[in-house]
Amino acid sequence: MHELWQIFFSFFKIGMFTLGGGYAMIPLIQREVVEKHHWLENKEFVELLALAQTSPGPMAVNAAVFVGYKRRSLIGSLVASLGITLPSFLIILIIAMYLIGFRENHYVESFFKGIRPAVVALIAAPLYSLGRSMKIGWGGILLAASVAATIAFAGISPATMVVVVALLGLLHGIIRKKPEAD
Amino acid sequence: MQLYLDLFVSFFKIGLFGFGGGYAMLPLIKHEVVNAPHQWLSMIDFTDIVAISQITPGPVAVNMATYVGYSVSGSVFGSLLATIGVCLPPLLIMLIISKFYLKFRKNKYVEMAFSALRPGIIGLIAAAAISLMSPHNFIDRTSIVIFAVIFIASLLKIHPIKLIILSGVAGLILY
Repeated sequence: MHELWQIFFSFFKIGMFTLGGGYAMIPLIQREVVEKHHWLENKEFVELLALAQTSPGPMAVNAAVFVGYKRRSLIGSLVASLGITLPSFLIILIIAMYLIGFRENHYVESFFKGIRPAVVALIAAPLYSLGRSMKIGWGGILLAASVAATIAFAGISPATMVVVVALLGLLHGIIRKKPEAD
Repeated sequence: MQLYLDLFVSFFKIGLFGFGGGYAMLPLIKHEVVNAPHQWLSMIDFTDIVAISQITPGPVAVNMATYVGYSVSGSVFGSLLATIGVCLPPLLIMLIISKFYLKFRKNKYVEMAFSALRPGIIGLIAAAAISLMSPHNFIDRTSIVIFAVIFIASLLKIHPIKLIILSGVAGLILY
């Protein structure tokens, strides 16, 4: 029982103190899971990051499920996911219930008028470095551009595109090299 | 009752197809909550929630589910249902991966699919940026200046939270 509480509090802390989500959470997850509690070795942590990207959904939830499962099987992964989502759930609920009405206020509205174009810039700016770190070639750039255009301009559902792209990858891999039997 | 079912199904879909997490999930979320048939949020609401997600803890998809669930149904139950909906597919899939992870990691078909999904994820993020470049978010020339300044500052690795607050203060002064 003791360890389940530790798992819950650790992931609650991670969920509470990582603003912005995503990759910003990695250092804190590492500190809690590897350095403090020794639930994973460093090598396993690197593997976890790779695996978390293979599963859909928020990286932090995936990481929580993996660590929770490794320590305490199903109940561990449930406790860890609850821990990591609870802080943001409570905070956003309070915002939705009480604070969103303040948007009508002149000052709050001006504040948001400044923020809106900034949000777009924050989404667009990492595209370049992301492309470089994934080492995508011209083919990858063409694929990324087609995905962006089909979704943004042709109104194709992003879910459909995810399936199409995954199938394209499979097809390309199978045609390119006949898979050897293991 | 139909509304609760719609909320759950929509966010379940977002969780199921949300490869890449974070910004890469935004086109999916927008498709479900802004576009027809649901139109639960306006484009402006959507952008504002993304902004709020930047300055509050937690994954953007979870924040969006909690917010939309509450604002559409007016109840904590709706909020809870949408949040569970978005977390359930990653939970189930990650459980399977955790159980078989040594085999999964070396599976060549998974690797083949991901050789295309990786650039695909960049395309998804680009689609999010493009669809947010709407007249609602860019109301005048000042917006374009703010965009350019924050874009460059972000390339210089200045922390997003600082940039959000900075642009908000700029908004207070300029509007």
